[in-house]
Amino acid sequence: MAKHQTPMLDELTKGPWPSFVDDVKAEAARRAENKDGIEFQIPADVCEDLLGVLELSYKDKETHWKHGGIVGVFGYGGGVIGRYSDVPKQYPGIAHFHTVRVAQPGGKFYTTEHLRALMDIWDLRGSGLTNMHGSTGDIVFLGTFTEQLEEIFYDITHKLNNDLGGSGSNLRTPADCMGMSRCEYACYDTMALCYALTQEYQDELHRPAFPYKFKFKFDGCPNGCVAALARSDLSFVGTWKGPIRIDQKAVAGYVGGELKPNAGAHASRDWGKFDIQKEVIDLCPTKCMSYDGKTLSIDDKECYRCMHCINTMPAALRVGEEKGVAILAGAKAPILDGAQMSSLLVPFMKVEEPFDEVKELVENIWEWWMEEGKNRERLGETLKRLGFQKILEVTGVQADARHVQHPRENPYIFWKEDEVGGWKRDIQEYRKRHAR
Amino acid sequence: MAFISSGYNPDKPMEGRISDIGPRHYTDFLPPVIKKNYGKWLYHEILEPGVLMHKAESGDEVYTVRVGTARLMSVGLIREVCDIADKHCGGYVRWTTRNNIEFMVDSKDKVAPLKADLSGRKFTGGSLKFPIGGTGASVPNIVHTQGWVHCHTPATDASGPVKVIMDELFEEFQTMELPASLRLAVACCLNMCGACHCSDIAVVGIHRKPPIIDHEVLENICEIPLAVSACPTAAIRPSKTEFEGKEKKTVAIKEDRCMFCGNCYTMCAALPLADGESDGCAIMVGGKVSNRISNPKFSKVVVAYVPNEPPRWPTLVKTIRTIVDAYKKGANKYERLGDWAERIGWERFFDVTGLEFSQHLIDDFRDPAYYTWRQSTNFKW
Ligand code: HEM
Ligand code: HEM
Ligand code: SF4
Ligand code: SF4
Ligand code: SF4
Ligand code: SF4
Repeated sequence: MAKHQTPMLDELTKGPWPSFVDDVKAEAARRAENKDGIEFQIPADVCEDLLGVLELSYKDKETHWKHGGIVGVFGYGGGVIGRYSDVPKQYPGIAHFHTVRVAQPGGKFYTTEHLRALMDIWDLRGSGLTNMHGSTGDIVFLGTFTEQLEEIFYDITHKLNNDLGGSGSNLRTPADCMGMSRCEYACYDTMALCYALTQEYQDELHRPAFPYKFKFKFDGCPNGCVAALARSDLSFVGTWKGPIRIDQKAVAGYVGGELKPNAGAHASRDWGKFDIQKEVIDLCPTKCMSYDGKTLSIDDKECYRCMHCINTMPAALRVGEEKGVAILAGAKAPILDGAQMSSLLVPFMKVEEPFDEVKELVENIWEWWMEEGKNRERLGETLKRLGFQKILEVTGVQADARHVQHPRENPYIFWKEDEVGGWKRDIQEYRKRHAR
Repeated sequence: MAFISSGYNPDKPMEGRISDIGPRHYTDFLPPVIKKNYGKWLYHEILEPGVLMHKAESGDEVYTVRVGTARLMSVGLIREVCDIADKHCGGYVRWTTRNNIEFMVDSKDKVAPLKADLSGRKFTGGSLKFPIGGTGASVPNIVHTQGWVHCHTPATDASGPVKVIMDELFEEFQTMELPASLRLAVACCLNMCGACHCSDIAVVGIHRKPPIIDHEVLENICEIPLAVSACPTAAIRPSKTEFEGKEKKTVAIKEDRCMFCGNCYTMCAALPLADGESDGCAIMVGGKVSNRISNPKFSKVVVAYVPNEPPRWPTLVKTIRTIVDAYKKGANKYERLGDWAERIGWERFFDVTGLEFSQHLIDDFRDPAYYTWRQSTNFKW
């Protein structure tokens, strides 16, 4: 017998898509039964109470979680998000419901051994509910009481050799695409760079010192599987220089129909026979390809490396040999001043261990942003307020036509004093030439 | 329940403390076939919806079965994932950016038993635990946020809307009939933890009433200057008021300047703005983050407001279905929703979807607004 009636939530057990309501109910039942005799460290009926309060929200159409509250582990400014219920008397099991952010491994690969060990901790000390994963990328342990926070942290570090992620005005847990681990498109080792920077900047991750949050994300190629360009203050997007590698025999394979276009991504619908002219050559945004019926040619100098042809014929075309990363700065969601995409800062950089060049760039940007950024101002907003030239200045990147969609439309140029031979002039000298 | 100590001693918090060690190294977690061929992959194929094959230079192949999840997952369910991975995949498993799970095996004959195992698992209510799909020209899992399950600022729920939208679009998850990948996102407030602002179709929770001022406690729990400076439209100013005979420091809000962003509430808990009757969702379309063919672009608001209709949000679901159908019918192969809308023109987008265009869809927020108005006679009737 369920502790709370949840007629509205029960509607969400219908339909084919995995029902989180059924899952939470099953967890509630599992904890009630407690086959393994675990001494749960927070109320055993936490899942029932969560369903109860969610049902209440479904009725009221309003949240029942209070505003934040500062909780955390000793010495860390991030990693835990405080949460208290505004109806604790009705639902004591969730009176506290703090989130613990746990650092996720690169590419989100797990051994079941590690996953099970994480689950054991959360079974004993938490709600038994998680988000796999949070929007930022980390593992989210969903709901525990204040007394458990240090214990969880102790277990994670001592037993699992793992750590908390970031929250607050600090470096957020960096996230990467699976890159070279299983993707032939990867133009640099996203997992190696992500891991290296995460380790290098543990202090920034755990001790808020920034004006506001800061995110790194790592995409191995312009396809952008972790959406680096749209949601990170510094976006690392793999790209290449030089020619796309062509296997003409495989091209013939696509034309002849032996190979499925786009790796079979459109297979459920009859789009007709693959037409290389229509589907690749004509769709190439820079019109730099041609096909004479036998040979595919690419004027690589004009290619802007959008990935379309490669995605369409992955067995025939490969990214160029000279691989690296393009670094873009300043993406953010709409709050406060509207959404921003990252803007191109470094068109191309080779990235190899120990990634010193990347680190120097990151540190120069941080130094400037910490000095100039206002409270709760994201890097993109600082850039907008002070101008793109400022970030070129502090990073030493040379201005380049690749930095803009087109040159400026107004001539309100902020010339610097030293560019015009000084600003001091003598009015007396001027008056010698011009009467008052 | 007796308190069990992990070894942590609150009297000596620094004793034996380990900190700043970061995540485990990814190489600890890679399946052997992945580790062996790291960086040496040749090409891939989608064998059927939800099943991928990656070919390495060495000739090795890895087969991946991708399944959707609700993102909110219990310990019990994750242990079940581990059981499956132990049984079929040598004890390895991974999650994708969009909260799908990938089970990988190193030979083709292991795929069918794995698939059968996954498809056979259901929740008590009958929904699938691990539906296979989400590859290629499909609707992969919906990136989403916390909603009423766990956040203090939501204007709508997230897990519930995602469940009902995915129920509606389930076919599109399990097949690859769309012109291109159609990525959905749900965020429960304008903070948009996630990438709603760049999704093919995005649902965003919106408040529509200015904050209620809790004069009684405001001066005690808020830094008034922080609340004032948090407001992007300068709608808030410091003020004084009488409360039960006593003068209290508080704030005043110019209500017609408020854009209901909730930023002041994040700074000051005495300014809540949730309202069951007027909160709801906006629907945005046409965003993308991939550089393929055209540049990444922002999503655009095409429905200014849909009311919250828990538990199954029928109006929201129906509107999204309408947009998906129009896109599926009208777009060319490889064309993302935003590219399609731009090709036919946004005025035509409203024609073919039957969505109503209202003044709320014309931007009026600062500079970016101006760049969205039409400065040309090149429009269509
Ligand atoms: C339709 C367009 C415009 C109208 C109707 C307009 C009108 C005016 C008027 C009436 C004044 C005040 C004159 C006075 O009584 O002192 C003025 C000043 C000025 N305008 Fe414009 N203007 C326009 C466009 C522009 C443009 C395009 C520019 C620059 C490119 C510009 C730059 C200025 C400047 C610098 C001043 C002097 C401000 C000062 O020294 O106080 N205006 N404008
Ligand atoms: C923001 C302000 C302005 C905008 C957006 C604007 C826009 C334009 C556009 C689109 C054209 C047509 C170009 C073509 O058809 O090739 C044009 C032409 C022209 N504009 Fe402006 N304009 C602005 C301000 C001004 C001002 C302030 C003046 C005068 C001082 C001006 C003088 C002209 C002239 C003389 C032409 C004709 C140029 C030609 O025929 O070669 N414009 N403008
Ligand atoms: S971003 Fe590119 S390299 Fe990374 S997983 Fe996606 S397609 Fe592969
Ligand atoms: S990558 Fe894009 S721009 Fe380059 S040749 Fe292929 S389709 Fe054309
Ligand atoms: S989008 Fe808003 S309401 Fe939703 S989780 Fe993020 S901050 Fe909370
Ligand atoms: S909700 Fe946003 S716009 Fe409205 S008063 Fe608060 S900060 Fe200002």
